[in-house]
Amino acid sequence: MARAGLWAALALLSALPLAGLAGVIAPSFGYLPALGGERLSLAPWQALWDWPGLGEAVRLSFVTGLLATAISLSLTLLIVAAWQGTRSFLWVTRALAPLLALPHAAAAFGLAFLIAPSGWIARAISPWATGWERPPDLLILNDPWGLSLVAGLVLKEVPFLLLMTLAALPQSDSRRGQMVARALGYGRVMGWMKAVAPRVYAQIRLPVYAVLAYSMSVVDVALILGPTRPPTLAVQILDWMSHPDLQMRFQAAAGACLQLLLVLGALAFWRLGEGLVARWGAGWAAGGARGVGADRLLRPLGASGALAIGLAVGLGLAGLLLWSFAGLWRFPALLPDVWSLRNWTGQAGDLGRIGATTAWIALGATLIALGLSIAMLQAGGGRWGMRLIYLPLIVPQIAFLPGLASLALILGIDGTAWAVMAVHLVFVLPYVLLSLADPWRAWDARAGLSAASLGARPWRVLWAVRLPMLTRALCVAFAVGFATSVAQYLPTLLIGAGRVSTVTTEAVALAASSNRRLIGVWAVVQMALPMVVFAAALALPALLFRHRQGKQIG
Amino acid sequence: MSLRLEAYEIAKDSAVMVALDCEVAPGEVLSIMGPSGCGKSTLLAALIGALPPAFRATGRVFLDGHEITHLPTHARRLGILFQDDILFPHLSVGANLGFGLPSKVPDRKERIAEALHEAGLEGMEARDPSTLSGGQRARVALMRTLLAEPRALLLDEPFSRLDADRRAQMRHFVFERARSRGLPVVLVTHDREDAEAAGGRILSVRGAPL
Repeated sequence: MARAGLWAALALLSALPLAGLAGVIAPSFGYLPALGGERLSLAPWQALWDWPGLGEAVRLSFVTGLLATAISLSLTLLIVAAWQGTRSFLWVTRALAPLLALPHAAAAFGLAFLIAPSGWIARAISPWATGWERPPDLLILNDPWGLSLVAGLVLKEVPFLLLMTLAALPQSDSRRGQMVARALGYGRVMGWMKAVAPRVYAQIRLPVYAVLAYSMSVVDVALILGPTRPPTLAVQILDWMSHPDLQMRFQAAAGACLQLLLVLGALAFWRLGEGLVARWGAGWAAGGARGVGADRLLRPLGASGALAIGLAVGLGLAGLLLWSFAGLWRFPALLPDVWSLRNWTGQAGDLGRIGATTAWIALGATLIALGLSIAMLQAGGGRWGMRLIYLPLIVPQIAFLPGLASLALILGIDGTAWAVMAVHLVFVLPYVLLSLADPWRAWDARAGLSAASLGARPWRVLWAVRLPMLTRALCVAFAVGFATSVAQYLPTLLIGAGRVSTVTTEAVALAASSNRRLIGVWAVVQMALPMVVFAAALALPALLFRHRQGKQIG
Repeated sequence: MSLRLEAYEIAKDSAVMVALDCEVAPGEVLSIMGPSGCGKSTLLAALIGALPPAFRATGRVFLDGHEITHLPTHARRLGILFQDDILFPHLSVGANLGFGLPSKVPDRKERIAEALHEAGLEGMEARDPSTLSGGQRARVALMRTLLAEPRALLLDEPFSRLDADRRAQMRHFVFERARSRGLPVVLVTHDREDAEAAGGRILSVRGAPL
């Protein structure tokens, strides 16, 4: 049973991405009988090559992806190096952890509302500091360099990498490494970077690759914050995919293949960089510089980075909430002139219907993912399994989902909630598994031996001892999976074929409009849904085990 | 009831760590002594059928004349007590005991109450195990093991976490119950006092009398 689950999970994790890739490679060479492409040709690649924005779009993908990853990784390592083991560090990690449940799109909208020319920052300093009586004509959002896109990505990737780093710390013997370095007279940051960082990096390498691949090919955040003329390659591919002329799909397929090659190229480039940094770092560490003075600069820098992220997200979300209740709101007033419920009441019907669809899809995908994860872990998981889960996280969504969309079209299952749920599962499963794996392994195996020696069969050990003892971890994994499903934009859009919408597709569809009130309403719902589930997931074990104080219930 | 190890050897990387050939009679306590890392706990893990993959065991194990060498853990009916009590934290004291009691046993409530009475913990069925003292928890763990009606008892340094007073009491409590039920007992320990208090043979992991 557990074996069967393991194989099902491995098949799901590898087969769907690979089938999707096959489904873009063939059409990129003109082969897609369903759309009349029956002869191999290079025409789609030629059409892609002839698109005037190609060079700029490719450059944008590369630069924004690498920049967002480098900044997120440096900031994460700096925060941990500067503050690990202090009380503030605990506080910071607790404050940033819930951000994991926040959909990328909601964070991006929040940031947009904050930094736009008519956003809160401009309002706060106008007119007394700037003299602006009306929103300035500045291109801050959707700037052609992709800087606001990079900022939006960093907001979400730092919390992710931070949590991955925290999970890696115990396996890296970080506390003793740091103690030895400190005892040898090293400053906090310098000691950590030289003694601990190499081991930690080796543990978080795959998550970093996932961040790089994601940042290069993200669609929803780029639609909200990214450049428009031309957009990033991923956004342009989606544009071709949703073109009324189905022949554009051949060009989209060629673009998807190019996107995959770009990501592979960037990963190779990053890998090369790792080697160079490692070689240089060995000499640097052997140089013996203690860097005690550097702490005075680097510790506040790390703290302000964490604070800036917390503030940007917090104020951004507050801004979304305010806009959703705003009537008239003149510039540069800090608060709306008139409050109103009309934004909400006008959408009530759609909100209920689409909210319910979103929740059902998320619930189904997450429960299946939990079952499969438990089966995988119970069957031993295997090295292969734990690596394979990164496949759907590293192969860009925009590279294989168009292929799956074509397959769904051929099979006639596109636009059904079941197909959407199945595709969500590909992305939900890795996060559920990642979230569950550590507590699962940390569980005291002697409890299982005790139960077995009392006569309990393996199934009873699982149901009556292991799972109840892991209730809290199961609840958190459920919340993570639910949040992942709610946040899916591209899978819902492409497999749902416009007939299945979730709060995320609705919210992102509003990005191009300038209706801030509506965006506020949908983005608030999009962020509230996973947050409510997260809060419930934390409350449930506390409620179930209110008469139990045992610390081992993980 | 007796427990017999026949040419039983445990090896790691082809280096033999444990080599025993002995029989433990009903009510007898066999103590296996040695420093930490010599393979004592590995021996008990092997006996209950949970040998870590890095090790290899050869030889045979008999319980009451039936071979149990290859049975799964839950079918061996060997009770084991660890250094820590390993009470299930999500279950009440009573439910922990109920977990040990085979499901076909009638009058479950009475049996659990009797067990608690025997352990000097009357009326504590509904208590959260984490609110008990170390000694109380150790006694609950023993009663849970005994309720499962084991045919031998394995002890993995179960007294080492207790303070000196409790330790003597607990030793007495455990050995007396094992004797009165006629259970063969294998005790592994690095503490000579525990081994001597057991009052039986004392062997090294290689089978040499100490």
